[in-house]
Parts: sequence; C-alpha cells; structure tokens
Amino acid sequence: MIKNWINRHLQVIQQVLVRMRLHGWSTLMMCGVIGVTLCLPSLFYIATDNLNRLASDIQTQSPISLFLKLNATQAEIQSIERQLKGDEHITSYHLVTKDQAWQKMQKTGAGNTVASNIVNTLDKNPLPDAFFITPASNTPEAISQLQSSLQALNGVDKALIDSQWIKRLNGLLQLGNKMVLVLASLLAFALVAVIGNTIRMQILTQLAEIEVSQLIGATKSFIRCPFLYAGALYGLGGGLIACLLLWTMVSFFNSTVVQIAAEYGSQFAISNQSLVLNLFIVLTATAIGWLAAYFAVNSALVTYH
Amino acid sequence: MSIIQFDQVSKRYQASNDVLSQVSFTIKAGELVFVTGRSGAGKSTLLKLVAAIERPSTGTVLVNNQNVSQLRAAALPYLRRKFGLVFQDHKLLYDRNCFQNIALPLHINGLTGTEANKRIRAALDKVGLLHKEKAMPITLSGGEQQRLAIARAVVSRPSILIADEPTGNLDATYAADIMSLFSAFQQVGVTVIVATHDADTMTEHHNNVLHLQAGKLIQTLAPIPAWTNESQANIL
Ligand SMILES: Nc1ncnc2c1ncn2[C@@H]1O[C@H](COP(=O)(O)OP(=O)(O)OP(=O)(O)O)[C@@H](O)[C@H]1O
Ligand SMILES: [Mg+2]
Repeated sequence: MIKNWINRHLQVIQQVLVRMRLHGWSTLMMCGVIGVTLCLPSLFYIATDNLNRLASDIQTQSPISLFLKLNATQAEIQSIERQLKGDEHITSYHLVTKDQAWQKMQKTGAGNTVASNIVNTLDKNPLPDAFFITPASNTPEAISQLQSSLQALNGVDKALIDSQWIKRLNGLLQLGNKMVLVLASLLAFALVAVIGNTIRMQILTQLAEIEVSQLIGATKSFIRCPFLYAGALYGLGGGLIACLLLWTMVSFFNSTVVQIAAEYGSQFAISNQSLVLNLFIVLTATAIGWLAAYFAVNSALVTYH
Repeated sequence: MSIIQFDQVSKRYQASNDVLSQVSFTIKAGELVFVTGRSGAGKSTLLKLVAAIERPSTGTVLVNNQNVSQLRAAALPYLRRKFGLVFQDHKLLYDRNCFQNIALPLHINGLTGTEANKRIRAALDKVGLLHKEKAMPITLSGGEQQRLAIARAVVSRPSILIADEPTGNLDATYAADIMSLFSAFQQVGVTVIVATHDADTMTEHHNNVLHLQAGKLIQTLAPIPAWTNESQANIL
C-alpha cells in the first residue's frame, strides 16, 4: 500500500523530470530567473550579517574605561577591584594607577614637543586612577547596563564607553535587517507570480489530460500532484542556482576583502558558507514553488458536476 | 436490484429549453440498455447525468441508491471510478501513445507496475489493438481510435460501462465485434449502457431500449418483441 504510494509519486516525479528535460532550455531559464531573484535578498542579508559580525568584533575590542575620583582612597580602589573581580559580566580588567599613567604620559611626551610642553606646564599629576574593563557580553544593552552599574560604584567618577556610534551602527543594521525582510517578501511574491505563471502555461498544454482525468474519476490531489512537483522542482533548481551564484560572488568579493582586511591587520572575510543559510534558501525556494503551483492548479481545476 | 434510477429528471443548460424533460426509468444491475434517438434528442446528456458529469436541473438521479446531487464534491471522483466511459468525442490524449492512454484510468486508481501492464495489454488485445501499443493515437484510423477509447473504458474493470456512440465509425464487422464485446461484459455482470443511432446493432440484441424524442422518453425498458425487430430491420 505504502510502497504503491511511493512508487506512484516516484513515477510522477520521473514524468515531471522527463518533461522538464524535454524543455531543457526553458527549464534552465526558469531556474535561472528564480536563482537570480533569490540572490538579491540573500546578498543583502549576507552584507548585513557580516557587518553585524564585524561590529560585534569591534565591540568586544572596546573596553569600558572606569575613571575614579581624584580623591579616591586606597580602600575605595580595593573595594572596587573586589567588585570587578566578582562580576560575571566582566571578562577581564586591569588597573592603571595615576602614577603609572603620569609616567607613561611623560614618556610619550618626550618625543612630542606639544605633549611635553603640556606635561611640563603641569606641576602636579592631573590624572585619576583608572580601570580598563573588557565586558563579557557585547550587545549594546548589556554594555550600557554594565556601564550604569559601574557608574554607581563608590569612588567612581566616570564610566565611559564609546557606545554612541555602536548604537548608531546597530540601529542601521536593524534597519538593514528589516529591509532584507521587506525585500525578501516582495521578491517571494514576485516568485509566486512567476512560477505560478509558468505552471499555468503548462496546465494550458495539458488541459485535455486534466479534463479526461477528472471525468474518469481523478481526485483533485491526483491532478495537482505533478504540477506541485514541477513547481517544487523549479524552486529547488532555482534555490541551488542561487546558492551557487552566492558562493561564486562571495568568493569573488572575498579575494579583495581579505586583502583589505589584512592591511588593517584583521583576518576578516565575508562568510556565507553557513549551511543554515543555504538550506534556508533552498527550502524556501522549494516551498514557494510548491505554493505557486498549488494556487495555479487550483484556479485551473473546474468542478465537473 | 436497481443500479441506476431516474425520477422525473429534467435537464436544461443555462437558459436553453429542457434538453431532457421528466425522464424516469430504472436500470437493474447487469442489464444491457440502449439509449436511442435522433441527433440532438438528448442521448449524450442522459449519459452524462448517469455518470455524474452533469447534475439534473430538477428530479433525482440515484446511482447505487445514492442521490448524486447530494454527494460531496470530494466523493464524486470515487463514484465516477465505478463507470467506464466511452465519450462521443473519444477524448483520447494525443501527446502519448496508446499504451499510455490506456494506463491513465489505472493510474487514477493507483494501479501501476506489472499488474497494470498486464491489464493494459489485455484491454488492447480485446479491441484488437495490441500490435499498436506504441503508436500515437493521431496515427490511428477513426475506428481504431474508437476502439482505443473502448479499451480505456474497460481497462479498470468498471461495474457500469457507459458508451456514447461507440460504433459510429466502425464498419459492420467491427461494430458487431464491439457489440459482442459489450454483451460479454454484460454476461460477467457489468451493467452496460450504450447510446446509438445505429439501429442495426441494437436490433440484433433483444434488449432494453430508452428511446428519446426531443428530450422525452418514448419507449422504456421493454424488451423489443421479435416481430418489432423484424419490422424495424425491414424498414431500415
Ligand atoms: N454543454 C451544453 N450547453 C448547452 N447546450 C447543450 C450542451 N450539451 C448539449 N446541449 C444541447 O442539448 C441538446 C441535446 O444534446 P445531446 O448532446 O444530448 O444530443 P445527442 O442525442 O447526444 O445528439 P447526437 O446524436 O448528435 O450526439 C442539443 O440540442 C444540444 O444543443
Ligand atoms: Mg451525443
């Protein structure tokens, strides 16, 4: 029973494939159109995704600077250090005392006339003690939360992060994500229309078969079946072509990106080799093809009687 | 036991006059029934009502004591599978060969593989087209196409065989062959309903006749007395 069912479906798929091979060129064009259409939002997605990655790379490199009050006592410094040690939101920290900072400033000032002039005009150390802290999490929320909790500690003058631009970048990236979503939905709609239209053309060439089949007792699902497979196969083919195109394009861009990144001492490279993304593209395309075919056939089926 | 029952059935297409009016009759399981009448009398329409392809405008059509008008749309395909249909215009599929044409009803019934192939060849053999199994229908003569349509109707072993002018294009010998084929089906218990204007084929068989005249039933299901056969044959 089940074997019969599987056999029947295999047979249907085989018939569909034979028909597709018969019209090889138009099948290829169809899959190509689907592939290119899928490429657009995918490329956009890869761009925002990689910028996201790049941004969080930068964020993890940006520590919070905790400047203490000039009159902070030794006891206060020790108490702050104890709290930093106990805080699981903090990966690491180090203390730069006002004397260390002063010496470093004088040393760097030695080769620099402006700086040394400034240093020379100061008769006493104006610098505070400071902790430099690496947060454990790199989301903007977590960092600003950490910042405010640090700000509240006794003896702290200012907890500084250069978070403004990170926030802006994150905002932009969120906008980018939304645009990917909108673009993807629009193009999905276009794909439904394009695939549906192709299926409708095929239906037109098979109206006689559909009519006879219905007259001699074929159920709607029986008649739908080959067209659904055709739609799904178009989607599958288009999805695979999209993956291939993306892979080619990213490799093409990467040869340049890696070079530029290397000049900045970074090992950054665009990645799209995520299996999940490729699987998602292929599955979505297949589903879109299936749906498009479903709508197309349903509108073509007449109820005799 | 009645397998098909018409009760006061009328049929009109859209705004036309009644194509069939107030038709009532009963067909018992295993009968061989002829539907006769001049062109346009409503023979094809009557057969379509039997096969649940058209629905009656008024009146009830019962198949196996089921009211066809009250069946759910999803149940219709399964009712239609009880019928083997020979259409007046054949409705062969010209994009595939004879073998594949005959395979269609079996596929619809979910039958494939060697058992299906055996049945397809048996059906082709019955109508004398076994040697044409790979031919495309378009390359067949009119009579051969008609026989192919008959093979397609019988391949799924229906319990009711409905044939609309199945011998229209056939010469007397083949027409007689086809008629004896139908008789053979009847003898194994199949209900056979044949529309024909070919009085010869009909009168050779002492059977029931539904004679239509402008949509009205004139003669119902009375066995034709032998003398009527003679006189009709003489007239013709
Ligand atoms: N689908 C339809 N729409 C409108 N009118 C129809 C339709 N089918 C048949 N008719 C009309 O119904 C009448 C009977 O048609 P039907 O096909 O039943 O005749 P018939 O007895 O089979 O004739 P023939 O021997 O020529 O096949 C005809 O006048 C025809 O014009
Ligand atoms: Mg007719």
